Amino acid sequence: MATVLDVLSWIMLLGGGGFVLVGGIGILRLPDLYTRMHAASLTDTLGTLLILGGIMLQAGLTLASIKLVAIAIFLLLTGPTATYALANAALMSGMYPKDTKLPEDMPS
Amino acid sequence: MMTVVFGVFLLTLLVITAIGVVRSENLFTAVMLMGIFSLLMAANFFILDAADVALTEAAVGAGISTVLLLGALALTPPTERHERTGRWMALGVVSLTTLVVVYATFEKPRLGDPDAPVHQHVAPWYLEQTPALIDIPNVVTAILGSYRAYDTLGEVIVVLTAGVGVLFLLGLPGAVGDRKPEDLAKGRTYLSHHLVPQVVGRLLIPFILLFALYVQFHGEYGPGGGFQAGAIFAAAIILYALIEGEREALEVISPRLLVWMMAGGALLYGSVGIVTMLLGGNFLEYNVLASNPVKGQQWGIIVIELGVGVTVAGVLLAIYHAFAARGR
Repeated sequence: MATVLDVLSWIMLLGGGGFVLVGGIGILRLPDLYTRMHAASLTDTLGTLLILGGIMLQAGLTLASIKLVAIAIFLLLTGPTATYALANAALMSGMYPKDTKLPEDMPS
Repeated sequence: MMTVVFGVFLLTLLVITAIGVVRSENLFTAVMLMGIFSLLMAANFFILDAADVALTEAAVGAGISTVLLLGALALTPPTERHERTGRWMALGVVSLTTLVVVYATFEKPRLGDPDAPVHQHVAPWYLEQTPALIDIPNVVTAILGSYRAYDTLGEVIVVLTAGVGVLFLLGLPGAVGDRKPEDLAKGRTYLSHHLVPQVVGRLLIPFILLFALYVQFHGEYGPGGGFQAGAIFAAAIILYALIEGEREALEVISPRLLVWMMAGGALLYGSVGIVTMLLGGNFLEYNVLASNPVKGQQWGIIVIELGVGVTVAGVLLAIYHAFAARGR
């Protein structure tokens, strides 16, 4: 049982690390703010959650796990909100996604 | 071994961030990089087991000061002014300082060396005597609140002085009743029409306030204390001001109350000292506060930590409101 949990937690930790890496590459390589935010949100949610889950499996049913659950809930609430606020602020200040056709540019 | 690996990794990132701050001409970028710098510094403190300092750095450095700098940037142009003169002198001064610091590290003991001077001086005495004299698990709080209470009082006065200075320069935001109606209308242009941040913010603010109180009153047992709690409390109110508007935040904690918080915390701290003198002890000698000297110490630390927290929260909020009121 302990081995199974260990293997599972390692898979989650490595998976989380992989998502963080992919997110980092995405921030560097993708063309504009919105696609980069998409990459960053991968790090924020899936990467962090998998890593936290992996640590939780290592910690077992202890106070540390409860704290990790609290951190996970906090991140699940704040990460998407921050992403929304950033995208909204960018759109409000007139930055449109690359190659976007605005309604006024469309042939009518 | 792992400490060294992580330390080298974090310090490398720290140097990269510092170069980024110096090289960036956009001040917004510089402010954001400074926030990252503080967060890396907090992680660094944490792997060196300085949890109290790490918490302070994360709350004040990465959190509040970023917000205050952004508030200040609303009053200035967003890019750096080009300065051509005096570059060689600056380079010379920086190089000289670097050489002196590098030279100083030759004498520095190795990381974790038990024979280092810092572990030979008063630290062993603090660690041995704290269970008998004060009986709280967190020795950092014991040092900060009791053994070094004069220093901490000085720090609170420094924070208060900084707040007073900013208020002299920028002026305290007037009471809500004094504002013109058009200013009040402008106060609603924050994020109050954005549903998502507002809902999530309203959900989180009570928990942030609760966490601030936890950090405030759990400082004797774990990392934390007045400085950190004050910063977290101020952050919760600033979040409220951002999502609901400046006016609503000033209705929660009025400018008059802010001034009282700023001065009142330092006054509370100082008056603990006066009370101990009236009870026959020295200034800030908490032993005389209760019939049992150990209980007296604990009471003294709790009260002065409360004073620290109230002053820090008051000063940070007053500075934020001063900047925000100018920005409009």
